[in-house]
Amino acid sequence: MTTTGSPGRSSLRRREALWGYFFLAPFIAGVLIWQAFPLLLSLYHSFTDYEVLTPPKWVGLRNYERMIGDQLFWTSLANTIIYTVMSVAIFMVFALGGALLLNAKVRGIRIFRVVTYLPSQLPIVASAFIFLWIFEPNFGVANYLLSLIGIEPQRWLFDPVLAKPTLAIMGIWGIGTGIIIFLAGLQGVPESLYDAAKVDGANATRQFLHVTLPMISPVLLFNLIIAIIGSFQVFDLAYLMTKGGPGTETLFYVLYIFRNAFELFKMGYASALAWVFFLVVLVLTFLNFRLSRRWVHYEVDVR
Amino acid sequence: MSRPLSAEEATAAAVAARHAGRWRTRMDTFVIYAILVGVAVVMLFPGYWMIVTALTETGKEMSYPPVLFPQPIAWNNFPDALAAAPFPIYLRNSLIIAVVATAGALITESMAGFAFARLRFPGRDLWFGICLALLMLPFVVTVIPRFIIFKELGMTGTLLPLIVPYWFGGSAFGVFLFRQFFRTLPMELDEAARIDGAGHLRTWWSIILPQSGPVFVTLAILHFVWFWNDFMGPLIYLTRDEIKTLPLGVMKFYGQYTQDWNYMMASALLMTVPILVIVLVGQRYFQRGIATTGLGGR
Repeated sequence: MTTTGSPGRSSLRRREALWGYFFLAPFIAGVLIWQAFPLLLSLYHSFTDYEVLTPPKWVGLRNYERMIGDQLFWTSLANTIIYTVMSVAIFMVFALGGALLLNAKVRGIRIFRVVTYLPSQLPIVASAFIFLWIFEPNFGVANYLLSLIGIEPQRWLFDPVLAKPTLAIMGIWGIGTGIIIFLAGLQGVPESLYDAAKVDGANATRQFLHVTLPMISPVLLFNLIIAIIGSFQVFDLAYLMTKGGPGTETLFYVLYIFRNAFELFKMGYASALAWVFFLVVLVLTFLNFRLSRRWVHYEVDVR
Repeated sequence: MSRPLSAEEATAAAVAARHAGRWRTRMDTFVIYAILVGVAVVMLFPGYWMIVTALTETGKEMSYPPVLFPQPIAWNNFPDALAAAPFPIYLRNSLIIAVVATAGALITESMAGFAFARLRFPGRDLWFGICLALLMLPFVVTVIPRFIIFKELGMTGTLLPLIVPYWFGGSAFGVFLFRQFFRTLPMELDEAARIDGAGHLRTWWSIILPQSGPVFVTLAILHFVWFWNDFMGPLIYLTRDEIKTLPLGVMKFYGQYTQDWNYMMASALLMTVPILVIVLVGQRYFQRGIATTGLGGR
C-alpha cells in the first residue's frame, strides 16, 4: 500500500469518497425529495390559487396581500407568540430545575429520573384527553383539589383568559426530554471546576452562577431553540382539546394553516401562511444565535 | 490563652464536628428526598388519574367529589371500550407504521452517521451542515407540499406516506446522534477491519453497529414512540377507517362518546401501555445513549 505511491493513494481516496456518497445516498435523496423539493413547491404554490382538484392558477402576491387584511392571521400569530413565551419559560425553568434536582447523588435517583421522564412519552392523544378530563369544569379533579385549599372552581380551557396558560401549564408534564439533555450537560461539567470553586470559598449559589451556568450554556441554547421551534408549532393540543376556542383564544398559527389546507382546501393561501411561518421561525432562530454570542460559553478545545 | 488541646478533647471535637456534618448531610438528603417524592407525585398524577377513571363504573366517574379509589374496580370497561371501535385494525396499522418506519430510519440514519463520522470525502462537511440546519427546520413547512406530492403519486389513502420518507435518512436528529456516537469509537476498529479485508459496508454493519448498542436502542425507542404517538400525520393521510391508527381511534371515541370519560381513559390507557413497557425496559440504555454522544455541549 505504501509502495504504490501517490496514484494508489489518490485512487484509495476516490474509493473512499464513492463509499462516502454511497452511505449518504439515502440521506441526500431524502434532503432533495422530502425537504428541498417540497420547500420550493410550496413557495410556488404560495403564489397561486390552488384548491387541489383544479390545477394551480398563478395569482402573484395576492395571497400575501390577503394575509395583511386577514384578522385571523394576526390573531393566530399573536396567540402563538403569547403561548410560546409562556410555555418556553415554563419549559426552561422546570426542565433546568428538574435536571439540577435529578443530578443529586442519592440512592434510587434513577427511579425518579424515569418517573419524571415517563409523562413526556405519553401519546399526545392520551395526554390531551387526560388533561381535558382533569381540567373539566364541573367534575374535574383540578377544581376539586383547588377547592381543598379554598380556590374557586375555574373553567380552565373554556375560560378566555385561562385557556392559553392552561395549555402551557400542561407542558410541565412534557419536560422529560429537556431534562435528559440538561442532565447530559450537567454531567459533562468537570468535578475539578467545582473543587476549585469550593477552594475559592464559593457557596452553592455562586457555584451555580459561575460554574454550572456558563458550562452548560451551549445546552441551554440548544434546549431554548428546540423549545421555541416546538412551541411555535403547537397544533395537537389545540386541535384535540379546544378546537381553537373559546372564541379564537387558542387558534394557533399551525392550526390556522391546517384549517386552510385540509378543511377549506385553500392550498395556495395555506402555503403562503406556511412560508411566512418559516421565515418567522428562521428569523427567531437567527436572532437566538446572534444573541447567544453574549451568553454562551464554548470550551476552547472544541474538536 | 490557647493551650494545646488534649488528645481526648481533640477526638471529641472531631467527633462532634463529624456528627454535625453528618447531621447536615442527613438533613440535606432528607430534604432532597422530600422534594423528589413531591415531584414524582405531581408527575405521576395524570397517569394515576387516567387509571382510576378507566377503572371506574359508568355513571360513577362523574361524581363530585371525585372518586380517588374506584370501588368496585370495573375491569369490563376495557372490553366495552374495545368493542366500540375496530381497535385490532388500528393496532395492526400502528404497529406496521411504527416498526417499518423505525427500521428504515435506523438503517439509513446509521449509514449517514457512519459516512459523517468515519469516512473522509469532499463535501462531507457541507452535507453535515445541512443536517444540522434540518434540525431546526419546522416540519410544518413541508406538510402541505408533501401531501400534494403523495396525492400526485396516488399514495394518499395508504400507510405509505407515513413510512416512505423515513427510509430516506430518517430524522436529522438521528443522523446527528449516530454521528456523535460513532466518533467516540476508536479509529483502530476500522483499520483492523480493513487489514482483515473488510470493506466499508462490512465495517459499518459488523464492526461499528454492534458497538453502538446504547445509541441504537435510544434511537429505536425515540423513533418507535414518536411514530406510535404521531397524530398530525395520520390525521392528514389516514382518512378511511381500515387504515387508521390507534391515536385516531381514540380520538374518534371522543367525538362519539363525549361524556364517557371512563371508556375514553380505558382506550387511552390501552394505547399507552406499550409505550410504558418500551420506555421502562429501554431506560437503562437511554442515559448512556445520550450522555456518550457529546450532547453535553463539549
